[in-house]
Amino acid sequence: MLKTYAYPKYDYRRPPELDGTGHARRPVIVVGAGPVGMAAAIDLAQHGVPVLLLDDDDTVSLGSRGVCYAKRTLEILDRLGVGEAVCRKGVSWDVGRTFFGEREVYRFNLRPQPDHKRPGMINLQQYYLEEMLVARCEAAGVEMRWKNKVTAVEPQADGARLTVETPDGSYAIACDWLVAADGARSPIRRMLGLDVEGKVFTDRFLIADVVMRADFPAERWFWFDPPFHPNKSVLLHKQADNVWRIDFQLGWDADPEQEKKPERVVPRIEAMLGRERPFELEWVSVYTFQCRRMQRFRHGRCLFVGDAAHQVSPFGARGANSGIQDADNLAWKLALVLDGRAPDRLLDTYSDERVAAADENILNSTRSTDFITPKSSVSRTFRNAVLQLAGRHEFARKLINSGRLSVPSVCTDSALNTPDANTFTGDMVPGAPLDDAPVESNAQPGWLLDHVGGRFELLVYAERAADVDAHTLLDLRTPIPVRPVLITASAAGRSALPMLHDVRGRFLERYDALPGSAWLVRPDQHIAARWRRVEPASIRAALARASGH
Amino acid sequence: MPLARDPNFAEPGRRYFRDFSPGDDFYQRLIDAHRDLTDEQSALLNAKLVLLLANHVGDLALIGEALRLARQDVAGPGPD
Repeated sequence: MLKTYAYPKYDYRRPPELDGTGHARRPVIVVGAGPVGMAAAIDLAQHGVPVLLLDDDDTVSLGSRGVCYAKRTLEILDRLGVGEAVCRKGVSWDVGRTFFGEREVYRFNLRPQPDHKRPGMINLQQYYLEEMLVARCEAAGVEMRWKNKVTAVEPQADGARLTVETPDGSYAIACDWLVAADGARSPIRRMLGLDVEGKVFTDRFLIADVVMRADFPAERWFWFDPPFHPNKSVLLHKQADNVWRIDFQLGWDADPEQEKKPERVVPRIEAMLGRERPFELEWVSVYTFQCRRMQRFRHGRCLFVGDAAHQVSPFGARGANSGIQDADNLAWKLALVLDGRAPDRLLDTYSDERVAAADENILNSTRSTDFITPKSSVSRTFRNAVLQLAGRHEFARKLINSGRLSVPSVCTDSALNTPDANTFTGDMVPGAPLDDAPVESNAQPGWLLDHVGGRFELLVYAERAADVDAHTLLDLRTPIPVRPVLITASAAGRSALPMLHDVRGRFLERYDALPGSAWLVRPDQHIAARWRRVEPASIRAALARASGH
Repeated sequence: MPLARDPNFAEPGRRYFRDFSPGDDFYQRLIDAHRDLTDEQSALLNAKLVLLLANHVGDLALIGEALRLARQDVAGPGPD
């Protein structure tokens, strides 16, 4: 029981399969109702796929655990229908400050540009996110079964058979596709005898969530070698309900059981905050971590997402964020394959794209860990030299690595991309997730990313609505529907197409748009292809490529 | 030309989507170069690295400026 939060208890219901009724075969079973499993289930349900979600527990995450949700994740959560709730409850922040000893040496802002709907980061205890996702799963028609634990998996050429244990006994059920979102220790991965490779870091960290009234700004504060915790690092984050997350590096020799005791934790916090500031302990945990991943995330009909597939150090908030991006990448592909509109090799590109993303996340979080906790005396000397130079020299500030916070991967090497035939500048290359921009639709202010996503779309840029031949774009007759969307510099005029007015010119600037430029966008809001002039034949070819044909 | 003190790391022909990446690439190579060395061997590597880069820079005015900035905050002022 926490002081600021009461865990919900979700009802277990006796599954009909125990009585010989029910659908013994499902198109998709998702195992694990954490943020990643639920994101996948909601996304699939939004694509019209019936989903059964199994979880061995009957409540949400114990303890605050994952806390930071990055801008791209918030955009995905917007598409899944919980972004607003998360942002309302969470603590929004953009600024991070880094201290060496007592001195501030570096400050970063996660949102250097204005005119994005979502902030760089929201801090929210994981249990709140999960509660919101449970409500959304129910509304979206996901069948959720609590206290349903998978005890055996039998992979088959056309699916998988599961044995599921409940308080009332075990039952068998089969599926065409199995999505394993069952966490870092993934029982499914183990039952299938699959490996996850990488390295364990020999260090321990203490998490203390404390409840206190403090007027510190909502920023991320990171200390290298502070006077209150010499030679080690400390991290402070603000969460909802006046809960503050403090993360102390302890070193490998620390005894986790001893360090969790209040008589050990309280003095550490008093040394940091001073004795005069009242606080209460909310949750304490000691953790270690590893950086590792499976060789590939698809094994026949079984697809691994989130921590089950890859794990990173917590510096950079790349765990939950990358897991939710896995779900974003997987759901539309699986929906198309189930629908018979894409070959099943499209799901190999789920593995390819997300393995590349996992490597990027592991690289960045390993580098942060090596900077924060140097492994040799020369490494520590370089680290401290960087921190000392940073007081006076800009180049050294850039080298300070207290965590490279989660940003989405750009799938530049994806087989789904159509290489550019024309010249564009900027970062909106094939494989990139769309940058947001403020737009107006029927004079209503809004955001590009709220108008795009969940299906293939063709964004076409024009000065005026009349410059674009709507009829041709509405009559593309592609095997998978492509919804054309017009983006215009001028608000004037009408079109048979949905029309978004680039009200501040940010689309023009961020996408290097010229009149006639067009972008084919995947259902997960990633660019598949772009052209200076739109031709039905090239749209068809790019669509075929982007759907694995 | 003054001594560059703004971020200046890059790999020709490589595209970076994140501004911290080239500096992090450099830093990892630097730390990796010291892997499995004793402290004494690391000090020798560092000395050779300084000599190689100093010879590449060549300009004694620039090297003098770098030496002065490197000495700052380390101990008292050095010889002129």
